[in-house]
Amino acid sequence: MTFINYAAREINCKIVYYGPGLCGKTTNLQYIYDRTNPASKGKLISLATETDRTLFFDFLPLDLGTVRGFKTRFHLYTVPGQVFYDASRKLILKGVDGVVFVADSQEARMDANVESLRNLEKNLIDHGFDLQTIPYVLQLNKRDLPTAMPVDELYRQLNFKGEPTFEATAPAGPGVFDTLKAVAKQVLMELRKK
Amino acid sequence: MSDFVLFDEEFHQIKDVIGRLKADAQAKVVFIVDKNGQQIAVQGDMESLDTTSLASLTAGNVAATDGLARLIGEKEFPVLFHEGERDNVYISIVGQRVILVVIFDERSSLGLVRLRVRKANGELERIFDTIQKKVESEKTRRQEGFDSPFAEITDEDIDSLFRE
Ligand SMILES: Nc1nc2c(ncn2[C@@H]2O[C@H](COP(=O)(O)OP(=O)(O)O)[C@@H](O)[C@H]2O)c(=O)[nH]1
Ligand SMILES: [Mg+2]
Repeated sequence: MTFINYAAREINCKIVYYGPGLCGKTTNLQYIYDRTNPASKGKLISLATETDRTLFFDFLPLDLGTVRGFKTRFHLYTVPGQVFYDASRKLILKGVDGVVFVADSQEARMDANVESLRNLEKNLIDHGFDLQTIPYVLQLNKRDLPTAMPVDELYRQLNFKGEPTFEATAPAGPGVFDTLKAVAKQVLMELRKK
Repeated sequence: MSDFVLFDEEFHQIKDVIGRLKADAQAKVVFIVDKNGQQIAVQGDMESLDTTSLASLTAGNVAATDGLARLIGEKEFPVLFHEGERDNVYISIVGQRVILVVIFDERSSLGLVRLRVRKANGELERIFDTIQKKVESEKTRRQEGFDSPFAEITDEDIDSLFRE
C-alpha cells in the first residue's frame, strides 16, 4: 500500500525480502546499507536473536531521489525465514508494495525454496494480495558456492510468471542493486495505473 | 487495497490536534504512524530521535500485539503502555487504522496522558474518516480521467533514480 503524502511531497513504498532461512535476505539489506551514502539512508534495524538470526524483521529506509517532484522513499524489510516464525512473517507483509524472493541456489536448499515460495503465496492471499499480480522479482543468491545448482534448473523450478530474475552473491554485491532496482521500478510503474 | 493519501489540509489539521495534545498532556513528543510503519505527522523535540525507525518499530510492536490479541480471542489491545526509567511511551490505536504515540516523562503522568489522548482520539478519527472519503472520491475522479501526478511516470524517470 503506497503512502502518497501530498503535504510532504513524498511517496513511501514498502518492499519485503522473502525466502527461506539463511538464503541471504539480511545480507542483501546489509550490502545496500553499506553502499548507500549516509544522506540517503536511515538506520538499519535488525531485530535478531543472539546468534544473528532474524527474529522479527530487518528494516532499512532508503531515499532514492525525486520523481515528478515527489521524494521517493522505500522501506525495505526482511522476514525471519525459519518455518516456525510464520506468524511474524505474515505480519510484515501487511501493506506490502513489492516482494523480492531470495532463493538459495544450493541444491540442498531447493525444497526450502519451494516451501517458502508456497508460504509467500499463501500469506499474501491472507492479506488480500495475489502473487501473480504484485510487483515481484526473483533473486538466485549464493551463485559463488560450488554447490550452487545451474541457473536454468533454478529458473525452471522457481520462476513462475517470467518475473525479472537476477543471479546474486549478496555479501560481495553482484545482483543486489539490480534486484532492488527491478522491484522499485515495478512498484513505481504501478502508481501509473492508480 | 487502497493507497493511503495525505493531503495538505488534513495534514495541518492533524498537526494541530497533536500539537494541542502535546501541550495539554505535557508530553515531550507526539506522533502518528500508519499501521504499516509509515510516519504521518510528528510534534515535539525530535532532534535526538530517529523518527523513521521509531515509526517502523511502533508499527511492528502494534502488529505483534494485534497478533497476540487475536490468538487469545481479543479483537485488539487498543492501548499499549511502556514504562521506562525516564521516559514512558503511550500507544493507542485511532479508528483501527493509525497509531498515536505519546512520549512523556515525570513532568506528566499516565492519568493525564490517558485523559488527553481520549479527547484527541475522537478528533483524529474524524480527520482520518475525511481522508478516507477523499481518497475514495479521488479514485472515482481518476477512473473518469482525472490526472494523478504519477500517471505519466516514464521509464526514464525511474532509471534516473538509479543513476549514480
Ligand atoms: N557464500 C555465500 N554466502 C552467503 C551469500 N549470501 C548470504 N550468505 C551467507 O549466508 C548466511 C545467512 O545469510 P543471512 O543474510 O543472514 O540470511 P537470511 O536468513 O536470509 O537473513 C550468512 O553467513 C551470509 O554471510 C552468498 O551469496 N554467498
Ligand atoms: Mg535474516
